[in-house]
Amino acid sequence: MSPLSLTLFDILLLVSIVVLAWTALTSADERRSVILFMAFGLVVALAWGRLLAPDVALAEAAIGAGLSGALLLAALRELPSAVTASGDGRRSHALRHYATQGTVSVLSVALAGMLAWILTAHFEGPARDELARAVTSHLELSGVSNPVTAVLLNFRGYDTLLELAVLLAAVLGILTLGPGRAAYRPSGPIFDALTRWLTPLLLVTAGYLLWVGAHAPGGAFQAGATLAAAGIVLRLAGSEWIGLPRDGAVLRLVMAAGVGVFLVVGVSLLVLGRPFLGYPPAWAGALILLIESAATLAIAATLVLAFIGGRLPTEADRKGDAVTAPAAGAGANPDPSDDGEPRPC
Amino acid sequence: MLTAQWLYALTGCVVMALGLRAALLHPSLLRRVLAINIMGTGVFMLLVAVAYRGPDLAPDPVPHALVLTGIVVAVSATALALALARRLAREHADD
Repeated sequence: MSPLSLTLFDILLLVSIVVLAWTALTSADERRSVILFMAFGLVVALAWGRLLAPDVALAEAAIGAGLSGALLLAALRELPSAVTASGDGRRSHALRHYATQGTVSVLSVALAGMLAWILTAHFEGPARDELARAVTSHLELSGVSNPVTAVLLNFRGYDTLLELAVLLAAVLGILTLGPGRAAYRPSGPIFDALTRWLTPLLLVTAGYLLWVGAHAPGGAFQAGATLAAAGIVLRLAGSEWIGLPRDGAVLRLVMAAGVGVFLVVGVSLLVLGRPFLGYPPAWAGALILLIESAATLAIAATLVLAFIGGRLPTEADRKGDAVTAPAAGAGANPDPSDDGEPRPC
Repeated sequence: MLTAQWLYALTGCVVMALGLRAALLHPSLLRRVLAINIMGTGVFMLLVAVAYRGPDLAPDPVPHALVLTGIVVAVSATALALALARRLAREHADD
Protein backbone atom coordinates (compact mmCIF):
# COMPACT_ATOMS: atom_id res chain seq x y z
CA MET A 1 0.00 0.00 0.00
CA SER A 2 1.82 3.11 -1.15
CA PRO A 3 1.65 5.97 1.32
CA LEU A 4 -0.22 9.17 0.63
CA SER A 5 2.40 11.84 1.20
CA LEU A 6 1.54 14.13 4.07
CA THR A 7 1.18 17.77 3.15
CA LEU A 8 0.32 20.89 5.06
CA PHE A 9 -3.11 20.75 3.40
CA ASP A 10 -3.80 17.30 4.89
CA ILE A 11 -2.78 18.43 8.35
CA LEU A 12 -4.99 21.53 8.12
CA LEU A 13 -7.93 19.39 6.92
CA LEU A 14 -7.55 16.83 9.69
CA VAL A 15 -7.16 19.43 12.42
CA SER A 16 -10.22 21.36 11.21
CA ILE A 17 -12.27 18.15 11.06
CA VAL A 18 -11.54 17.30 14.69
CA VAL A 19 -11.97 20.90 15.87
CA LEU A 20 -15.27 21.34 13.98
CA ALA A 21 -16.62 18.03 15.35
CA TRP A 22 -15.61 19.02 18.88
CA THR A 23 -17.10 22.54 18.71
CA ALA A 24 -20.30 21.28 17.03
CA LEU A 25 -20.76 18.83 19.92
CA THR A 26 -19.88 21.19 22.76
CA SER A 27 -21.13 24.62 21.63
CA ALA A 28 -23.68 26.00 24.09
CA ASP A 29 -25.91 27.38 21.31
CA GLU A 30 -27.78 24.70 19.35
CA ARG A 31 -28.13 26.82 16.22
CA ARG A 32 -24.38 27.40 16.11
CA SER A 33 -23.92 23.71 16.73
CA VAL A 34 -26.00 22.76 13.64
CA ILE A 35 -24.19 25.26 11.42
CA LEU A 36 -20.81 23.96 12.63
CA PHE A 37 -22.06 20.46 11.81
CA MET A 38 -22.79 21.53 8.22
CA ALA A 39 -19.30 23.06 7.95
CA PHE A 40 -17.91 19.82 9.35
CA GLY A 41 -19.69 17.85 6.58
CA LEU A 42 -18.25 20.08 3.87
CA VAL A 43 -14.69 19.80 5.21
CA VAL A 44 -15.10 16.01 5.47
CA ALA A 45 -16.24 15.99 1.82
CA LEU A 46 -12.97 17.78 0.94
CA ALA A 47 -11.01 15.13 2.82
CA TRP A 48 -12.77 12.39 0.86
CA GLY A 49 -11.95 14.15 -2.39
CA ARG A 50 -8.33 14.03 -1.22
CA LEU A 51 -8.68 10.25 -0.69
CA LEU A 52 -9.88 9.86 -4.32
CA ALA A 53 -13.51 9.18 -3.32
CA PRO A 54 -15.42 11.80 -5.37
CA ASP A 55 -18.70 9.81 -5.40
CA VAL A 56 -18.75 9.67 -1.62
CA ALA A 57 -17.60 13.29 -1.31
CA LEU A 58 -20.51 14.45 -3.52
CA ALA A 59 -23.00 12.44 -1.47
CA GLU A 60 -21.61 13.75 1.82
CA ALA A 61 -21.73 17.37 0.65
CA ALA A 62 -25.29 17.03 -0.70
CA ILE A 63 -26.84 14.67 1.87
CA GLY A 64 -24.62 14.56 4.95
CA ALA A 65 -23.94 18.28 5.18
CA GLY A 66 -26.77 19.81 3.11
CA LEU A 67 -29.93 17.81 3.74
CA SER A 68 -29.16 16.61 7.27
CA GLY A 69 -28.27 20.21 8.12
CA ALA A 70 -31.53 21.47 6.61
CA LEU A 71 -33.49 18.85 8.57
CA LEU A 72 -31.74 19.82 11.82
CA LEU A 73 -32.23 23.55 11.20
CA ALA A 74 -35.94 23.04 10.52
CA ALA A 75 -36.26 20.97 13.70
CA LEU A 76 -34.38 23.59 15.72
CA ARG A 77 -37.34 25.97 15.74
CA GLU A 78 -39.72 23.43 17.20
CA LEU A 79 -37.47 21.56 19.58
CA PRO A 80 -36.69 23.69 22.62
CA SER A 81 -33.62 22.31 24.36
CA ALA A 82 -36.02 21.43 27.15
CA VAL A 83 -37.05 18.37 25.13
CA THR A 84 -34.49 16.01 26.54
CA ALA A 85 -33.89 12.32 26.39
CA SER A 86 -34.11 11.67 30.13
CA GLY A 87 -36.70 12.49 32.71
CA ASP A 88 -36.29 14.64 35.81
CA GLY A 89 -33.99 13.94 38.68
CA ARG A 90 -30.99 13.12 36.57
CA ARG A 91 -28.99 15.99 37.95
CA SER A 92 -29.94 15.22 41.55
CA HIS A 93 -26.81 13.19 42.26
CA ALA A 94 -23.81 15.22 41.15
CA LEU A 95 -21.48 12.37 42.04
CA ARG A 96 -23.39 9.87 39.92
CA HIS A 97 -23.49 12.39 37.08
CA TYR A 98 -19.71 12.77 37.07
CA ALA A 99 -19.22 9.02 37.40
CA THR A 100 -21.38 8.42 34.30
CA GLN A 101 -19.53 11.10 32.36
CA GLY A 102 -16.17 9.69 33.34
CA THR A 103 -17.10 6.09 32.48
CA VAL A 104 -18.56 6.98 29.08
CA SER A 105 -15.54 9.14 28.23
CA VAL A 106 -13.07 6.40 29.21
CA LEU A 107 -14.99 3.75 27.25
CA SER A 108 -15.21 6.00 24.14
CA VAL A 109 -11.46 6.63 24.25
CA ALA A 110 -10.84 2.90 24.74
CA LEU A 111 -13.02 2.07 21.71
CA ALA A 112 -11.17 4.62 19.55
CA GLY A 113 -7.84 3.26 20.75
CA MET A 114 -8.83 -0.30 19.95
CA LEU A 115 -9.98 0.70 16.45
CA ALA A 116 -6.74 2.62 15.86
CA TRP A 117 -4.74 -0.44 16.93
CA ILE A 118 -6.66 -2.71 14.54
CA LEU A 119 -6.20 -0.17 11.73
CA THR A 120 -2.46 0.04 12.35
CA ALA A 121 -2.22 -3.73 12.05
CA HIS A 122 -4.30 -3.56 8.87
CA PHE A 123 -2.10 -0.92 7.24
CA GLU A 124 1.11 -2.74 8.19
CA GLY A 125 -0.05 -6.07 6.83
CA PRO A 126 -0.16 -7.05 3.14
CA ALA A 127 -2.69 -5.18 0.98
CA ARG A 128 -6.08 -6.96 0.97
CA ASP A 129 -7.70 -6.00 -2.31
CA GLU A 130 -9.30 -9.21 -3.64
CA LEU A 131 -12.70 -7.48 -3.84
CA ALA A 132 -11.31 -4.44 -5.65
CA ARG A 133 -9.60 -6.69 -8.20
CA ALA A 134 -12.76 -8.76 -8.65
CA VAL A 135 -14.73 -5.57 -9.39
CA THR A 136 -12.11 -4.32 -11.86
CA SER A 137 -11.96 -7.62 -13.75
CA HIS A 138 -15.76 -7.87 -14.11
CA LEU A 139 -16.41 -4.18 -14.70
CA GLU A 140 -17.11 -4.54 -18.43
CA LEU A 141 -19.93 -7.03 -17.71
CA SER A 142 -21.68 -4.56 -15.39
CA GLY A 143 -23.06 -2.23 -18.07
CA VAL A 144 -21.45 0.88 -16.53
CA SER A 145 -17.85 2.05 -16.28
CA ASN A 146 -17.99 3.82 -12.89
CA PRO A 147 -16.93 1.05 -10.46
CA VAL A 148 -18.94 2.52 -7.55
CA THR A 149 -22.16 2.51 -9.61
CA ALA A 150 -21.32 -1.02 -10.77
CA VAL A 151 -21.05 -2.22 -7.15
CA LEU A 152 -24.16 -0.32 -6.01
CA LEU A 153 -26.55 -1.24 -8.81
CA ASN A 154 -25.15 -4.49 -10.17
CA PHE A 155 -22.71 -6.52 -8.07
CA ARG A 156 -24.34 -5.60 -4.75
CA GLY A 157 -27.80 -4.73 -6.03
CA TYR A 158 -29.39 -6.48 -3.03
CA ASP A 159 -27.85 -3.93 -0.65
CA THR A 160 -29.18 -0.99 -2.62
CA LEU A 161 -32.65 -2.57 -2.88
CA LEU A 162 -32.73 -2.98 0.89
CA GLU A 163 -31.39 0.55 1.35
CA LEU A 164 -34.28 1.92 -0.69
CA ALA A 165 -36.59 -0.19 1.49
CA VAL A 166 -35.06 1.46 4.60
CA LEU A 167 -35.72 4.87 3.04
CA LEU A 168 -39.33 3.90 2.31
CA ALA A 169 -39.80 2.57 5.85
CA ALA A 170 -38.44 5.83 7.30
CA VAL A 171 -40.77 8.02 5.23
CA LEU A 172 -43.76 5.82 6.12
CA GLY A 173 -42.83 6.27 9.77
CA ILE A 174 -42.66 10.05 9.31
CA LEU A 175 -46.03 10.15 7.53
CA THR A 176 -47.75 8.30 10.38
CA LEU A 177 -46.53 10.84 12.96
CA GLY A 178 -49.06 13.47 11.93
CA PRO A 179 -49.25 16.53 9.72
CA GLY A 180 -46.10 18.26 8.58
CA ARG A 181 -45.18 21.88 9.01
CA ALA A 182 -47.40 24.44 7.34
CA ALA A 183 -45.89 26.29 4.40
CA TYR A 184 -43.62 29.21 5.20
CA ARG A 185 -44.69 32.76 4.39
CA PRO A 186 -44.14 33.63 0.70
CA SER A 187 -40.68 35.07 0.26
CA GLY A 188 -39.80 38.58 -0.89
CA PRO A 189 -38.84 39.54 -4.45
CA ILE A 190 -35.10 38.98 -3.98
CA PHE A 191 -35.37 35.39 -2.78
CA ASP A 192 -38.07 34.80 -5.42
CA ALA A 193 -35.71 35.88 -8.18
CA LEU A 194 -33.04 33.57 -6.76
CA THR A 195 -35.54 30.69 -6.67
CA ARG A 196 -36.42 31.21 -10.31
CA TRP A 197 -32.74 30.77 -11.21
CA LEU A 198 -31.80 28.13 -8.69
CA THR A 199 -34.66 25.66 -9.19
CA PRO A 200 -34.16 24.98 -12.92
CA LEU A 201 -30.40 24.85 -12.34
CA LEU A 202 -30.85 22.20 -9.62
CA LEU A 203 -33.24 20.19 -11.82
CA VAL A 204 -30.74 20.16 -14.70
CA THR A 205 -27.89 19.28 -12.32
CA ALA A 206 -29.91 16.36 -10.92
CA GLY A 207 -30.56 15.03 -14.43
CA TYR A 208 -26.88 15.41 -15.30
CA LEU A 209 -25.72 13.61 -12.12
CA LEU A 210 -28.13 10.75 -12.81
CA TRP A 211 -26.90 10.33 -16.39
CA VAL A 212 -23.19 10.82 -15.72
CA GLY A 213 -23.20 8.29 -12.84
CA ALA A 214 -22.74 5.47 -15.36
CA HIS A 215 -19.17 6.48 -16.17
CA ALA A 216 -18.10 9.26 -13.77
CA PRO A 217 -18.80 10.33 -10.16
CA GLY A 218 -22.55 10.77 -9.67
CA GLY A 219 -25.58 8.51 -9.55
CA ALA A 220 -29.06 8.10 -8.16
CA PHE A 221 -28.30 9.21 -4.59
CA GLN A 222 -26.50 12.40 -5.53
CA ALA A 223 -29.17 13.16 -8.17
CA GLY A 224 -32.02 12.46 -5.73
CA ALA A 225 -30.44 14.72 -3.11
CA THR A 226 -30.03 17.54 -5.66
CA LEU A 227 -33.66 17.16 -6.75
CA ALA A 228 -34.71 17.26 -3.09
CA ALA A 229 -32.63 20.43 -2.66
CA ALA A 230 -34.74 22.03 -5.42
CA GLY A 231 -37.86 21.07 -3.45
CA ILE A 232 -36.43 22.54 -0.24
CA VAL A 233 -35.54 25.82 -1.99
CA LEU A 234 -39.15 26.07 -3.25
CA ARG A 235 -40.42 25.23 0.22
CA LEU A 236 -38.30 28.02 1.73
CA ALA A 237 -39.74 30.39 -0.88
CA GLY A 238 -43.18 29.67 0.58
CA SER A 239 -44.49 27.13 -1.92
CA GLU A 240 -46.69 24.51 -0.32
CA TRP A 241 -46.77 21.76 -2.92
CA ILE A 242 -43.18 22.13 -4.15
CA GLY A 243 -43.92 20.13 -7.28
CA LEU A 244 -45.02 16.99 -5.43
CA PRO A 245 -48.02 15.27 -7.04
CA ARG A 246 -51.25 16.60 -5.49
CA ASP A 247 -52.91 13.24 -5.83
CA GLY A 248 -52.07 11.14 -2.77
CA ALA A 249 -52.12 7.91 -4.77
CA VAL A 250 -49.60 9.28 -7.29
CA LEU A 251 -47.38 10.53 -4.47
CA ARG A 252 -47.40 7.11 -2.83
CA LEU A 253 -46.53 5.57 -6.19
CA VAL A 254 -43.52 7.90 -6.55
CA MET A 255 -42.38 7.12 -3.00
CA ALA A 256 -42.50 3.39 -3.68
CA ALA A 257 -41.03 3.68 -7.21
CA GLY A 258 -37.43 2.98 -6.14
CA VAL A 259 -38.18 -0.32 -4.42
CA GLY A 260 -40.97 -1.13 -6.92
CA VAL A 261 -38.97 -0.82 -10.15
CA PHE A 262 -36.03 -2.62 -8.56
CA LEU A 263 -38.27 -5.55 -7.54
CA VAL A 264 -40.08 -5.67 -10.91
CA VAL A 265 -36.75 -5.85 -12.73
CA GLY A 266 -35.44 -8.51 -10.34
CA VAL A 267 -38.54 -10.68 -10.53
CA SER A 268 -38.83 -10.32 -14.34
CA LEU A 269 -35.26 -11.62 -14.63
CA LEU A 270 -36.21 -14.57 -12.40
CA VAL A 271 -39.14 -15.34 -14.72
CA LEU A 272 -36.78 -15.18 -17.70
CA GLY A 273 -34.60 -17.81 -16.03
CA ARG A 274 -31.80 -15.58 -14.80
CA PRO A 275 -30.78 -15.08 -11.16
CA PHE A 276 -32.58 -12.36 -9.15
CA LEU A 277 -31.09 -9.02 -10.28
CA GLY A 278 -28.65 -10.91 -12.55
CA TYR A 279 -28.84 -8.56 -15.53
CA PRO A 280 -27.84 -9.90 -18.96
CA PRO A 281 -24.66 -7.88 -19.81
CA ALA A 282 -26.19 -6.51 -23.02
CA TRP A 283 -29.12 -4.99 -21.10
CA ALA A 284 -27.34 -4.07 -17.90
CA GLY A 285 -26.69 -0.43 -18.77
CA ALA A 286 -30.31 0.29 -19.71
CA LEU A 287 -31.72 -1.59 -16.70
CA ILE A 288 -29.40 0.27 -14.31
CA LEU A 289 -30.46 3.62 -15.78
CA LEU A 290 -34.15 2.63 -15.43
CA ILE A 291 -33.71 1.60 -11.79
CA GLU A 292 -31.64 4.69 -11.03
CA SER A 293 -34.23 7.04 -12.56
CA ALA A 294 -37.00 5.55 -10.41
CA ALA A 295 -34.73 5.61 -7.35
CA THR A 296 -33.89 9.29 -7.95
CA LEU A 297 -37.57 10.26 -7.92
CA ALA A 298 -38.27 8.14 -4.83
CA ILE A 299 -35.26 9.51 -2.94
CA ALA A 300 -36.16 13.11 -3.80
CA ALA A 301 -39.82 12.68 -2.75
CA THR A 302 -38.76 10.97 0.48
CA LEU A 303 -36.23 13.64 1.44
CA VAL A 304 -38.64 16.49 0.68
CA LEU A 305 -41.37 14.84 2.77
CA ALA A 306 -38.80 14.40 5.53
CA PHE A 307 -38.10 18.15 5.38
CA ILE A 308 -41.84 18.89 5.62
CA GLY A 309 -41.80 16.54 8.61
CA GLY A 310 -45.06 14.67 8.05
CA ARG A 311 -47.93 14.30 5.63
CA LEU A 312 -48.86 17.43 3.72
CA PRO A 313 -51.19 19.41 5.98
CA THR A 314 -54.86 19.06 5.05
CA GLU A 315 -57.64 21.63 5.42
CA ALA A 316 -58.64 20.13 8.78
CA ASP A 317 -55.09 20.38 10.17
CA ARG A 318 -54.94 24.04 9.31
CA LYS A 319 -58.02 24.73 11.40
CA GLY A 320 -56.14 23.34 14.39
CA ASP A 321 -58.27 20.22 14.21
CA ALA A 322 -55.37 17.81 13.93
CA VAL A 323 -56.88 15.13 16.15
CA THR A 324 -59.94 14.51 14.04
CA ALA A 325 -58.17 14.89 10.71
CA PRO A 326 -58.73 11.88 8.48
CA ALA A 327 -55.74 9.57 8.65
CA ALA A 328 -55.38 9.63 4.90
CA GLY A 329 -52.00 9.39 3.23
CA ALA A 330 -49.87 12.36 2.32
CA GLY A 331 -51.76 14.97 0.42
CA ALA A 332 -54.91 12.88 -0.03
CA ASN A 333 -56.99 16.04 -0.04
CA PRO A 334 -56.02 18.49 -2.74
CA ASP A 335 -55.75 21.89 -1.21
CA PRO A 336 -57.97 24.46 -2.89
CA SER A 337 -56.63 27.40 -0.89
CA ASP A 338 -53.23 27.45 -2.59
CA ASP A 339 -53.94 30.61 -4.49
CA GLY A 340 -50.50 32.19 -4.18
CA GLU A 341 -48.76 33.42 -7.28
CA PRO A 342 -47.55 30.64 -9.55
CA ARG A 343 -44.21 29.17 -8.65
CA PRO A 344 -41.63 27.99 -11.13
CA CYS A 345 -42.24 24.31 -10.64
CA MET B 1 4.70 3.98 9.78
CA LEU B 2 3.10 7.37 9.76
CA THR B 3 1.36 7.85 6.44
CA ALA B 4 -1.34 10.40 5.75
CA GLN B 5 -3.73 7.53 5.00
CA TRP B 6 -3.23 6.21 8.52
CA LEU B 7 -3.76 9.70 9.94
CA TYR B 8 -7.05 10.04 8.02
CA ALA B 9 -8.21 6.70 9.47
CA LEU B 10 -7.08 7.77 12.93
CA THR B 11 -9.05 11.03 12.61
CA GLY B 12 -12.08 8.88 11.74
CA CYS B 13 -11.60 6.98 15.03
CA VAL B 14 -11.29 10.22 17.02
CA VAL B 15 -14.41 11.74 15.42
CA MET B 16 -16.33 8.52 16.06
CA ALA B 17 -15.36 8.52 19.74
CA LEU B 18 -16.30 12.21 20.14
CA GLY B 19 -19.70 11.53 18.57
CA LEU B 20 -20.34 8.42 20.63
CA ARG B 21 -19.51 10.20 23.88
CA ALA B 22 -21.81 13.14 23.10
CA ALA B 23 -24.63 10.87 21.88
CA LEU B 24 -24.61 9.04 25.22
CA LEU B 25 -24.13 12.04 27.51
CA HIS B 26 -25.91 15.03 26.00
CA PRO B 27 -29.37 15.71 27.47
CA SER B 28 -30.80 17.50 24.41
CA LEU B 29 -32.47 15.24 21.82
CA LEU B 30 -31.45 17.39 18.85
CA ARG B 31 -27.82 17.34 20.00
CA ARG B 32 -27.98 13.55 20.32
CA VAL B 33 -29.19 13.17 16.73
CA LEU B 34 -26.39 15.49 15.61
CA ALA B 35 -23.85 13.50 17.64
CA ILE B 36 -24.96 10.20 16.08
CA ASN B 37 -24.49 11.79 12.64
CA ILE B 38 -20.96 12.90 13.56
CA MET B 39 -20.21 9.43 14.89
CA GLY B 40 -21.39 7.90 11.60
CA THR B 41 -19.23 10.31 9.63
CA GLY B 42 -16.23 9.14 11.67
CA VAL B 43 -16.96 5.54 10.69
CA PHE B 44 -17.39 6.55 7.02
CA MET B 45 -14.07 8.39 7.15
CA LEU B 46 -12.37 5.26 8.45
CA LEU B 47 -13.85 3.17 5.60
CA VAL B 48 -12.87 5.72 2.93
CA ALA B 49 -9.31 5.82 4.31
CA VAL B 50 -9.11 2.02 4.21
CA ALA B 51 -10.38 2.01 0.59
CA TYR B 52 -7.51 4.25 -0.57
CA ARG B 53 -4.88 2.28 -2.50
CA GLY B 54 -2.29 4.89 -3.40
CA PRO B 55 -2.22 7.61 -6.05
CA ASP B 56 -1.67 5.20 -8.96
CA LEU B 57 -4.35 2.60 -8.24
CA ALA B 58 -8.09 3.36 -8.27
CA PRO B 59 -9.49 3.07 -4.72
CA ASP B 60 -11.45 -0.02 -3.68
CA PRO B 61 -15.06 0.70 -4.82
CA VAL B 62 -16.69 -1.72 -2.34
CA PRO B 63 -16.14 0.40 0.82
CA HIS B 64 -17.17 3.45 -1.23
CA ALA B 65 -20.49 1.80 -2.08
CA LEU B 66 -20.90 0.85 1.60
CA VAL B 67 -20.35 4.46 2.65
CA LEU B 68 -22.81 5.80 0.04
CA THR B 69 -25.43 3.37 1.37
CA GLY B 70 -24.54 4.40 4.89
CA ILE B 71 -24.97 8.12 4.17
CA VAL B 72 -28.48 7.56 2.79
CA VAL B 73 -29.47 5.30 5.69
CA ALA B 74 -28.09 7.91 8.13
CA VAL B 75 -30.20 10.70 6.63
CA SER B 76 -33.36 8.52 6.74
CA ALA B 77 -32.69 7.66 10.38
CA THR B 78 -32.06 11.35 11.15
CA ALA B 79 -35.31 12.36 9.47
CA LEU B 80 -37.32 9.73 11.38
CA ALA B 81 -35.65 10.62 14.70
CA LEU B 82 -36.37 14.33 14.23
CA ALA B 83 -40.01 13.63 13.28
CA LEU B 84 -40.35 11.54 16.47
CA ALA B 85 -38.74 14.31 18.54
CA ARG B 86 -41.09 16.86 16.98
CA ARG B 87 -44.10 14.73 17.87
CA LEU B 88 -42.72 14.37 21.40
CA ALA B 89 -42.38 18.16 21.69
CA ARG B 90 -46.01 18.55 20.57
CA GLU B 91 -47.19 16.04 23.18
CA HIS B 92 -45.24 17.94 25.86
CA ALA B 93 -46.76 21.23 24.69
CA ASP B 94 -50.26 19.76 25.14
CA ASP B 95 -49.67 18.94 28.80
